[in-house]
Amino acid sequence: MASIGLKKVKKSYGAAHVIKGIDLDISHGEFCVFVGPSGCGKSTLLRMISGLEDITDGEVVIDSEVVNDIPAADRGLAMVFQSYALYPHMTVRQNLSFGLENIGTPKAEIETKVAEVSAMLQIDQLLDRKPKDLSGGQRQRVAIGRAVVREPRVFLFDEPLSNLDAELRVDMRGEIAALHKRLGNTMIYVTHDQVEAMTMADKIAVLRLGALEQFGAPLELFNNPINLFVAGFIGSPKMNFIEGTIDDNNVNSLTLATGEAIAIPSDGFNQVSGQKVTLGIRPKDLQPKPDGSLQMEVRTVEQLGTESYLYGRLADGTGITIHSAGQTTVEPGEMISVGAAEKTMHLFDTESGLTLRAQ
Amino acid sequence: MGNVWGFLTRTRRGNGRMDWTDWVTYSYLFLGIFVMFAPVIWLAMSSFKTEAELSRFPPRFLPYAQETMAVDGYDEPLALFDIQSGEHAGKTLAQIRRVGLVAQMVDPANPSEKLRVDVADREPLEKLSFAWENYTELFERFNFLRFFWNSTFITVMATLIMVLVNAMAAFALSKYKFRGQTGVLMLVVGTLMVPQTVILVPLFLVTKELGMLNSLWGVIVPGAATPTGVFLLRQYMITIPDEIIDAARMDKASEWKIFWRIIIPLSAPAIAVLSILAIMWRWNDFLWPLIVLNQSEKFTLQLALNSFHGEMQTQWNNLLAMTVLTLLPIATVFMFLQKYIATGIASTGGK
Repeated sequence: MASIGLKKVKKSYGAAHVIKGIDLDISHGEFCVFVGPSGCGKSTLLRMISGLEDITDGEVVIDSEVVNDIPAADRGLAMVFQSYALYPHMTVRQNLSFGLENIGTPKAEIETKVAEVSAMLQIDQLLDRKPKDLSGGQRQRVAIGRAVVREPRVFLFDEPLSNLDAELRVDMRGEIAALHKRLGNTMIYVTHDQVEAMTMADKIAVLRLGALEQFGAPLELFNNPINLFVAGFIGSPKMNFIEGTIDDNNVNSLTLATGEAIAIPSDGFNQVSGQKVTLGIRPKDLQPKPDGSLQMEVRTVEQLGTESYLYGRLADGTGITIHSAGQTTVEPGEMISVGAAEKTMHLFDTESGLTLRAQ
Repeated sequence: MGNVWGFLTRTRRGNGRMDWTDWVTYSYLFLGIFVMFAPVIWLAMSSFKTEAELSRFPPRFLPYAQETMAVDGYDEPLALFDIQSGEHAGKTLAQIRRVGLVAQMVDPANPSEKLRVDVADREPLEKLSFAWENYTELFERFNFLRFFWNSTFITVMATLIMVLVNAMAAFALSKYKFRGQTGVLMLVVGTLMVPQTVILVPLFLVTKELGMLNSLWGVIVPGAATPTGVFLLRQYMITIPDEIIDAARMDKASEWKIFWRIIIPLSAPAIAVLSILAIMWRWNDFLWPLIVLNQSEKFTLQLALNSFHGEMQTQWNNLLAMTVLTLLPIATVFMFLQKYIATGIASTGGK
């Protein structure tokens, strides 16, 4: 059992507030992903949980025990670092056994554990090599093995795949997910790549500028983003945002800066007359339609065979991305009408950025 | 001959012949080699010369000694001369004694007859001869091994202690964040600007108070911490990624263990450089041991060399032989470790 709780956790370096009070509860066995743009404090938060960074204010609780003053080594956590941080002068075997030696595990037991873990991660052929003789993927496995072999309560991953090439990243993503399934431990995973977050997480915590924006299951974040930032961050390609004003006499009609009017959902949102709102439509929901209410000038067309992307802009310059299945006959330079189904639309208050969806 | 010369002077570039710039380059390099090695080679050659040969003018490069021969009827071997002119021209005679400008000589083939020869008529018969006794005397008449042991002990202990102390200081200065960190570093580097001679007297007083005068430890301990060493190691340790140390902390390694198992092995190139420098400094150190040590059984090799240089008389042959023996260990160390100096200095960005 290992649940993790963060209570009003803060971190400041002098006057710079890096983490501005985060509350979060991760239950046992959950795969939680911290995601956010670089500089949002996600790695710092992870290091605070690990004990490598001290906590300015608030509490970090592991299994109902406040660990603020417990040193990193005694928190029962293991961490996989972005740069792998393997000990360059030790062989893979020594890398794996170093932690066990430090807690005084008997030699025979170390050997069995190392053998077990290396077989599981398919690095048993590499035990006598030094890290410099390994490929990126192999190093990654060793780094994970070093964490696994100590049988920690919680695994912490700090952007572990960012140094791998795209193909290997997909493989390792699957392996880490499989590892989570097999071990069943609580895992916290930091990444700036929302695709990794979406594919691996049980729960995603979206962070921005040291504050928690939204915490929830991947599809919950995708379907019901709480604000413009989460809406724009989760999902690829990015959601289209179109600014406009609700008509004075009809809350179901939105007038865009271009003068075009577009019908918006009549229920489920709390918009009021005259409010400035931002309409959010995912690229796959916005489609070319002869009777579409938006006029868009196509500037670039990407044909990927099974799918195509159209990039263009509205009359006022707002950028628009359309993702359509199959191949398209639209050419760059064309003016096309596009539209979306009302139930796929998201509405946000332009000023506060918050969703207008009725809770 | 032409082929050999053509082979030696060919190049890859141009027309395959050495350009005038190549000649200039090679001349410059050979000049450098000559300037640096000529004294050393002269020293080595001179260390094999006898006292008489050393004072000969003009000096000769190779050590020569006069040939001698045992002649019937004489206890000692007699020196041989070639007779150039006069009555006995063309013969090789042995000298019994010399009186003024006339020498009393004997023909080895006919030892019973004594001959009188004008010294101007003869040339000494010489052969190449290495005076090994210069070296053997060091062991027989002087306590060379004692001096050698003192020097070795001081060099090895001082190097070990210095590397350890400096590495610990460098670890703290490079990997821990604490108040006044920059200040401490500035102080350490600042001491580089204080000349050794300025602190000589205070250092002597401290050493005296600690009762370490006339003890090898009095030479070892005051030199244990060097700003150069701390700075050199710190610059290198900064390049060790923090994540590795974090990983070790997560692996439950104590700070002491991180130092021994992670920092020290990863700083090996810089430590090698510092060790070589320390060995050279300590081995060649003269002034400080001269002040601390004044009993001859505590002398280092450098001090022993100095003691050969007497007020009235200097035993140049033994002095030179000992200089060669003093040079050998340090030259050997340098030969084996010089590649670490190059790589280490390149990677520390130090001097």
